[in-house]
Amino acid sequence: MTKQPIITVNDLVKNYGDFAAVKGISFEVYEGEIFGLLGPNGAGKTTTLEIIETLREKTSGRIIVDGFDIETDTDSIKKRIGVQLQAAGYYPNLNLSELITLFSGLYGIDKSPMEMLEKVALTDKAKAKYKDLSGGQKQRFSIATTLINNPRIIFLDEPTTGLDPQARRNLWDLIREIRDQGTTVVITTHYMDEAEVLCDRVAFVDGGYIIGIDTPDHFIDQLVASGFERKKQVKLANLEDVFINLTGKEWREG
Amino acid sequence: MNPKPYSNTKATLAIAKASFRSILRSPSAVVFTLAFPLIFIIVFANIGGGGVTVDVGVAKTCDTISPVYQALKNVKVVHLVKDQSTEEMNMNLSKGSIDAIINIQKNNTRPPFTVNVEYTKASAEKGNILRSVLSNIYYNINNNAQINTPPVAEIRETTIQGREYKYIDFILPGQLGFSLLSSGVFGTAFVFLSLRLTLVIKRFFATPVKRYSIVLGEALARMTFSLLGSLFIILVGHYMFGFTLVHGVTTVLNMLVLSAIGLIIFMGFGFTISGIAKNESTVPPLSNIITLPQFLLSGTFFSVTAFPKWLQGISNVLPLTHLNNAMRKVAFEGVGLGDVTHQLFILLIWFVIIYAVAVKTFKWE
Repeated sequence: MTKQPIITVNDLVKNYGDFAAVKGISFEVYEGEIFGLLGPNGAGKTTTLEIIETLREKTSGRIIVDGFDIETDTDSIKKRIGVQLQAAGYYPNLNLSELITLFSGLYGIDKSPMEMLEKVALTDKAKAKYKDLSGGQKQRFSIATTLINNPRIIFLDEPTTGLDPQARRNLWDLIREIRDQGTTVVITTHYMDEAEVLCDRVAFVDGGYIIGIDTPDHFIDQLVASGFERKKQVKLANLEDVFINLTGKEWREG
Repeated sequence: MNPKPYSNTKATLAIAKASFRSILRSPSAVVFTLAFPLIFIIVFANIGGGGVTVDVGVAKTCDTISPVYQALKNVKVVHLVKDQSTEEMNMNLSKGSIDAIINIQKNNTRPPFTVNVEYTKASAEKGNILRSVLSNIYYNINNNAQINTPPVAEIRETTIQGREYKYIDFILPGQLGFSLLSSGVFGTAFVFLSLRLTLVIKRFFATPVKRYSIVLGEALARMTFSLLGSLFIILVGHYMFGFTLVHGVTTVLNMLVLSAIGLIIFMGFGFTISGIAKNESTVPPLSNIITLPQFLLSGTFFSVTAFPKWLQGISNVLPLTHLNNAMRKVAFEGVGLGDVTHQLFILLIWFVIIYAVAVKTFKWE
């Protein structure tokens, strides 16, 4: 499989007044991969994502999403992407099935709410309100709303923050499934173990710059080759494995 | 991917439908739009007119230096109308917007004064108030004169035919205005602020939906809800309390058109407040600044004519005053929308002003 770029970011700059949040970053996301944007808070990850998602104006630079220029073709891009925002709410007083109907209308397509909820295993919650869902269910519902328009790319901003280990693993499976069905996934996260097992490639962002972009394996090998050693010898399992082993892989609806 | 072209109408209607469902499930919307106005109607329809004034037209030929007139001037409930022509006065009397016409004549014979009072069936209740006021004056004046002297004044009364103006005919249009005002201002301000703060609007912007679809969809939902509410209030008023609808269905339709115009203007205030407010707790005080003065001064409960002149000046600036006036004219006098152009013109001025402000202050993010 040749690597075909589906997103090309070239020298992207974003200033808020005097403050430069993004200082000229360039990268490519390949079709069909899970691409991770990693970095500390305030590094410019969310700003970069929101510019690609057409939610924010860029100061300068060039971005092509699935062949469309972000400057001239925002509408075509909006139709081809699915967006999950950090901490976004949903229309008040509506149940999940009604929210899916609303989003179908916003995308101008007819999708049966049950079909969408089935994709994220929430059919039994069709009549529930978003605010009454557990953390994991909320995230899965958010992902369902990003899939309504059969997008080419979906963007997930810290989807696993605050979830318990079972819910997190459950979400990884869902994200992999989406990737395997041909949708490109761009994700941000603060969990390096998550990036390591989930992402095909990752980019490290810090202080408004990209300071490295490669596969997780490569990064680790490079670091080890440079003579790095962990202070504590790595065992064949870690505490999270113990947690999962003890409490079971079964995901609990909470 | 999507072979069909994107439909803005479909998106607008999807928002309208979602918003309408949401409004129906929000207790405050239902309470403010339906419950409060109905409670006020029930209460006031049963206690009758508090803060009533009796508008008495003073005939051109009336002797204003007579003791009867002087005494009448000092009665608080009586509001003497002198700035209308005889013709206007007669017309207003038959409509009940003035309650009686008084004409005091000095006689060269005894008794020295004759008090001619013309009442109207259109305002029988207020006519009765005046009647008792006059008999009181009559009794005092004649008694002050010496015993065994002939009476100083006699009262001659006539009553003209007119449509009866019930208190419900006054209170219901006011409550309709109040319902529209609170739904338009509070409802719109809360919804747009909370959609903005919870990033619902931001999430919408990640879809191909246009901004005008969001505003239009929300407005459509609120309009539908408020007009259904208005219709409900009118019907309850008509069938339970005998609210007068001169031309039946036509009058109801005219009232609904006025309701729609009023709501659009009040929503303009709502948009403005949602833009100025920093969080949800600043919405109520800001909304109250807009709604309370109109609630009190726009003739919702008390006739504007009961206020002192300077206060009437303020009343006559407020949009709800003109909506209420237009509503009452349409409902009770049975005039068409073409006859309330003065009120509509002032509402138009408000529309222009408030939307100019709303466009400047409204925030999407």
